[in-house]
Amino acid sequence: MSNNTELELVALTKLYGDTKAVDSIGLKIPKASYTCLLGPSGCGKSSTLRMIAGHEIATEGDIILGGKNITNLAPAERGTAMMFQNYALFPHLSVLDNVAFSMKIKNVEKSERHKKAKEMLELVDMDQYAERFPEQLSGGQQQRVALARALITRPSILLLDEPLSALDPFLRLKMRVELKKLQRSLGISFVHVTHSQDEAMALADQIVVMHDGKIEQAGSPIEVFNKPATEFIAKFMGGHNVVSNQGQLQAIRSDKITISKKAKASKDGLVSFASRIEEIEYLGTNVQVSAKNDALGDIIINLSDQTFFKTPFEIGDSVFLSWKAEDVQMLPN
Amino acid sequence: MYKFLAQRNNLIGWMLASPLFIVLVLFLILPIIMIVIVSFWGATEFSIYPAFQWDNYEFLFSSSVTYSVFLKTFMYAFITWVITLILGFTIAYYLAFHIKSLTWQIALFLLCTIPFWTSNIIRMISWIPFLGRNGIANETLIGLGLISEPVEWLLFSDFAVILAFVHLYTLFMVVPIFNTMMRIDHSLLEAARDAGANGFQTLVNVIIPLCKPGIMIGSIFVVTLVMGDFITVRFMSGSQSANVGRLISNDVGLLQYPSASATAVVLLLTVLITIGIMLRFVNIRKEL
Repeated sequence: MSNNTELELVALTKLYGDTKAVDSIGLKIPKASYTCLLGPSGCGKSSTLRMIAGHEIATEGDIILGGKNITNLAPAERGTAMMFQNYALFPHLSVLDNVAFSMKIKNVEKSERHKKAKEMLELVDMDQYAERFPEQLSGGQQQRVALARALITRPSILLLDEPLSALDPFLRLKMRVELKKLQRSLGISFVHVTHSQDEAMALADQIVVMHDGKIEQAGSPIEVFNKPATEFIAKFMGGHNVVSNQGQLQAIRSDKITISKKAKASKDGLVSFASRIEEIEYLGTNVQVSAKNDALGDIIINLSDQTFFKTPFEIGDSVFLSWKAEDVQMLPN
Repeated sequence: MYKFLAQRNNLIGWMLASPLFIVLVLFLILPIIMIVIVSFWGATEFSIYPAFQWDNYEFLFSSSVTYSVFLKTFMYAFITWVITLILGFTIAYYLAFHIKSLTWQIALFLLCTIPFWTSNIIRMISWIPFLGRNGIANETLIGLGLISEPVEWLLFSDFAVILAFVHLYTLFMVVPIFNTMMRIDHSLLEAARDAGANGFQTLVNVIIPLCKPGIMIGSIFVVTLVMGDFITVRFMSGSQSANVGRLISNDVGLLQYPSASATAVVLLLTVLITIGIMLRFVNIRKEL
């Protein structure tokens, strides 16, 4: 696994007929990093991944991996490996033969390829299941096998297409941790497509938010969450209120808002809005309050349960919502 | 109460299964039992009489005609199987993997079934003006200057028999193979490509193994149909070749029912053993 494995996308475009699935995107993925391509379905994130993998050929633009232009190479010549959404394990082959498949294609001798495949299975802690068939494995186990099968080609980048979406919520959290651990221990780059912002926040060194075939914002999870570049991102990442205040679009994190019975003096850059509480949801560690201001519209406030129960409110109460001017993120209109 | 319900469910289960059961008993099991019984009967030139004797089987197994006819039957079955398998697999592959739109897949698939809109006897007979001594095939070949005089073996030959079999039964191979191919997840083909497999390696390592049940079901169709056939062989060979079916039909024509029954029993066992051997290779249960 070579060291110079920075991936760069240059003006990458994919057309399906007249529709632009991916519209001239540019992106740098540093070596040994975890990148999440995040966006709603149809945003072009999967097409981007498939172009990197070589399962779609780019209409225009270049893909450069480790200084080498791989735009038009066959999937196996790129130094990438892909893990498919439903894992795409061969149902007629045992776990061991699934993992050894790429070596069989290269005519590696049976004993040698089985030895290598065993090593890979040990890496993902599946060596005791080597003789089983995919249908005899649980979703999480299948995923490990798919990982081993992808990693046996010694890729410099592993591409994962919605790897956690087929798992139940509990397993999803567990595998999420394992993916991150594996990426760190292997020291290669993972590019992970997902539509779940939680997943992206938890895993990524770099989040790339895509929308309508374009990159809306690329940055660390902290940047993307705290400084959403557009209204779309603020809404998609969640935890934000997007309001139009005197003609200016603004995003305010719902946990940066305080509720009080009386208006707070507008000093220290504090702004207050008279509102009425419309809904209260108790969520365990925090309480989500929906309030309405005549000018700004609906606003969601997220309070810790301690804060809420110190001075509880009822539905229908008239209150003041306040936030600091520095917590306001201006958005392009 | 519970016991009563369980008994009632049991009863309903039996009742639901009974129509098929009755049909199979009346029209499959009983006739076969009848054939087995009659195969032990005796016959003279002008009468048959109930008995339990092995004469029919003794005669069958001591006659060299039996062996050559069975051999011929196997030859027809084998050659037809090979050709229909190659054709059927190719057609199914083209439909399943090269045609991208479902509408076209359905349209082309229906196109394959058009020959089945006419009876198979008519389909067979329609070959005669085409293949005959002065038929379209010979005329065209002479017209093109490829041959100087008509080819004799086109009609009333083993070639014609196998041609007709292939024409009649290729679809029986296409349908089950197409069915299994349509169930192959296309991401498996991408996974194979991702692992470096070229088209041929994907075919050998992924597609063919996953199509095995379909291939086996198609093979059973073709082998049983060809081995049980008699009319195709009679028409297309111009009564110059014989298979087991014709042996039986000749006996029936001469009212030699015991002898015909004995041959039928041996043919039935032969086909069953053939299928049994084929099933040892592939587990088709997954498909059912």
